[in-house]
Amino acid sequence: MTSQPRIAVLCSRIRVEEKLLLQELERRGVAFDRLDDSKVRFRLDEPEHIYDVVYDRSVSFGRSLYALRILEGRGVQCVNRADVVQMCGDKLATHVALVGAGVPCPRTAVAFTPAAALEALEDLGYPAVIKPVVGSWGRLIARVNDVDAAEAVLEDRAVLGSWQQQVYYLQEFVDKPGRDIRVFVVGDVPLCAIYRRSAHWITNTARGGEASACPVDGDLGAMAASAARAVGGGLLAVDLVEDRAGALSVIEVNHTMEFRNSIEPTGVDIPARMIDWVLAQAESPLGTSTTEAAT
Amino acid sequence: MIECPECAGGITTPSDVMTGEIVPCAHCGAELEVTETTPLALAAAPEVQEDWGE
Repeated sequence: MTSQPRIAVLCSRIRVEEKLLLQELERRGVAFDRLDDSKVRFRLDEPEHIYDVVYDRSVSFGRSLYALRILEGRGVQCVNRADVVQMCGDKLATHVALVGAGVPCPRTAVAFTPAAALEALEDLGYPAVIKPVVGSWGRLIARVNDVDAAEAVLEDRAVLGSWQQQVYYLQEFVDKPGRDIRVFVVGDVPLCAIYRRSAHWITNTARGGEASACPVDGDLGAMAASAARAVGGGLLAVDLVEDRAGALSVIEVNHTMEFRNSIEPTGVDIPARMIDWVLAQAESPLGTSTTEAAT
Repeated sequence: MIECPECAGGITTPSDVMTGEIVPCAHCGAELEVTETTPLALAAAPEVQEDWGE
């Protein structure tokens, strides 16, 4: 591609992360448009597009997914790809892909009714964790220590509005050492990692977990790379837990990850490395990402 | 300095503020979204939706 690539960033709420990414594009003198997902409209019978690359940073899984589907249908290179977003936005779909690729995950069961979920929880054993398949920031994740607690949580889930809340994703409670690990992956290459420490069993930094640097070499880096490949690669954050014996397993993969608390402890200019990759995609035709080229 | 649309308290925004950014009101705790930068305009931020996240 010889001319300047036409780039757009799909946004909604501008978090610290989006501000850093947009400022990085501006610092490099890269021309780009901002597409506000609350205002954008598509005519499906007029499949025109004016962008080579669209970088998705919307906080909305649904808006991201359908906007990227439309754009990819028009030949736009999207970061991340719609298939990757669809996979990562759904913990169950992610889990199936990880297991299929041989990536270790906590013991997990799925059921579609409260009664079946209670039986599945008995099989897994208590304490266990009930998670929504769609959602983020640690919302609606419940640790249940016994059947009484499980019945209460499942009753609540049953009356929530969306059908996804009736897909019961049930997981063993991993007795982690007060921390979990997030590995930032670019393409399928681990960039850096943080420990997220908290006195609470939910260690998400959105819930107050504190970040510190974590070495990303060895098994950790390899496992994160495998997880990224399993979901299709791109700009991703792989969340892992260790058990008390140090065995690693992957919990989830995030497709529009937050990184504000990870730049200082890792010493890595994460937004700059992400923009490097986005701009590199402008030079690659659809479907020949770094990840796919390596497989 | 701009007035909070919820409580009328004074709000100072950073010089590089962008549309779409969320600004908390220190007086009433409201989350406000920057809807315009020239001139600066704020509105109550949308509620977090079930599918929002990272």
